[in-house]
Amino acid sequence: MNKHYASAAEAVADICDGATVMIGGFGGSGAPIELIHALIDAGPKHLTVVNNNAGNGHVGLAAMIEQGMVDKLICSFPKSKDPTAFSERYLAGRIELELAPQGTLAERIRAGGAGIPAFYTPTAYGTELGEGKPVAEFDGRPYLQERWLKADYALIKAELGDPYGNLTYRLAARNFSPLMAMAAGQTIAQVGRLVDAGGIEPEAVVTPGIFVNRLVEIADPAQEEVLNQAEARYP
Amino acid sequence: MNVRGQLNQEQIAWRAAQDIEDGQYVNLGIGFPEKVAAYTVKGREPIFHTENGVLGFGRAPAKGEEDWDLINAGKKAITLKPGAAFFDHATSFAMIRGGHLDVAILGALQVASNGDLANWRVGSKGVPAVGGAMDLVNGAKRVAVLTDHVARDGAPKLVERCTFPLTGVGCVTRIYTSLAVIDVDIPAARFVLREKLPHLSMDDLQFVTGAKLHVEGEVGNLEVPELS
Repeated sequence: MNKHYASAAEAVADICDGATVMIGGFGGSGAPIELIHALIDAGPKHLTVVNNNAGNGHVGLAAMIEQGMVDKLICSFPKSKDPTAFSERYLAGRIELELAPQGTLAERIRAGGAGIPAFYTPTAYGTELGEGKPVAEFDGRPYLQERWLKADYALIKAELGDPYGNLTYRLAARNFSPLMAMAAGQTIAQVGRLVDAGGIEPEAVVTPGIFVNRLVEIADPAQEEVLNQAEARYP
Repeated sequence: MNVRGQLNQEQIAWRAAQDIEDGQYVNLGIGFPEKVAAYTVKGREPIFHTENGVLGFGRAPAKGEEDWDLINAGKKAITLKPGAAFFDHATSFAMIRGGHLDVAILGALQVASNGDLANWRVGSKGVPAVGGAMDLVNGAKRVAVLTDHVARDGAPKLVERCTFPLTGVGCVTRIYTSLAVIDVDIPAARFVLREKLPHLSMDDLQFVTGAKLHVEGEVGNLEVPELS
């Protein structure tokens, strides 16, 4: 078994036009900047992207949107300190937005990875985000039906990875990544350090390797917030 | 509106903090509600939850000490208290939706006397963004709101029916404003006044409130220390 790829470029090379791509991270925390930038270099178009946000500044997801690679974004909060990459395109009608409450977004991704096609949640009942969704009552309370979300690829960032794809995450950077790893056909993880088998204690594994297909080692990965403070742009 | 002695945001946050009990799990909304943490009552230890996957965070770090993998839902850097825990987003919202969170404190554009809350967008223009607000109002055991009593243009924020898009229906049970503390009797769809600024008359308070204020028993004095 060898899930190790030599470079981010090789790991994302087959992501083609029209693919659905989940991207881990909450704001900059856990954003796989190097994988995203490699995808920008590869340049597939008409992508549907699933992320909690819509990018910040002119790096990472914001840069992907600026390059015109994204036709549709599924997210909960498309605002940030500098959301212009998304907001200008959205207000001009050049990018589609599917807005989902944050917990519903997370659970839809989890459901996609767990083989649960739909579930019921109280969230958004009676609001414009619930319009048109089937309603059912359980124990006297109304709930909305929500559907699973799956993707062709997931790009995620982890701290440690071993050759089997077992992963750990740093601090609060795990957020959506363990869920997205489950919900994608091909999960591509950039890891800060690739360790030998046994280098991660089995009790410490957060994402088991069965959910991970490709690993790239990126030591000292970039932080979106730090890049933005330096007013960086990509490419 | 300029009412003498009306509470500033720090004072509204202080008042809300008095109702948080020792050991409660609490989520504070981004912005104004975050101020509540600074006024935790001495001797009580609430545990703060943030949607992106942290329980048990503390104050912001000193400038230059930020670790951008350690942030709150407002994308601000945080520090951890001993006993903190990290978890993924599905687990984080299971805590919320599953009824494990004791208190959620949020801001408001409008709150209605039937407990409906509008706090995520003003109309259909611009870029909509909802985050975790709709999950919080449907999941936390107690949903409270912090708000100025009226909007900047003087329009009441406490109303009979919300006109802005709803965040949730029948969810808010207590409102802390710059003038009063008001409970929402959701089944009866009515506001019940609990405390008001001592010098403010009932008539003046009712005048700036968009739905009838009911009184049950004694109305307490809303007394808060000087804070800025």
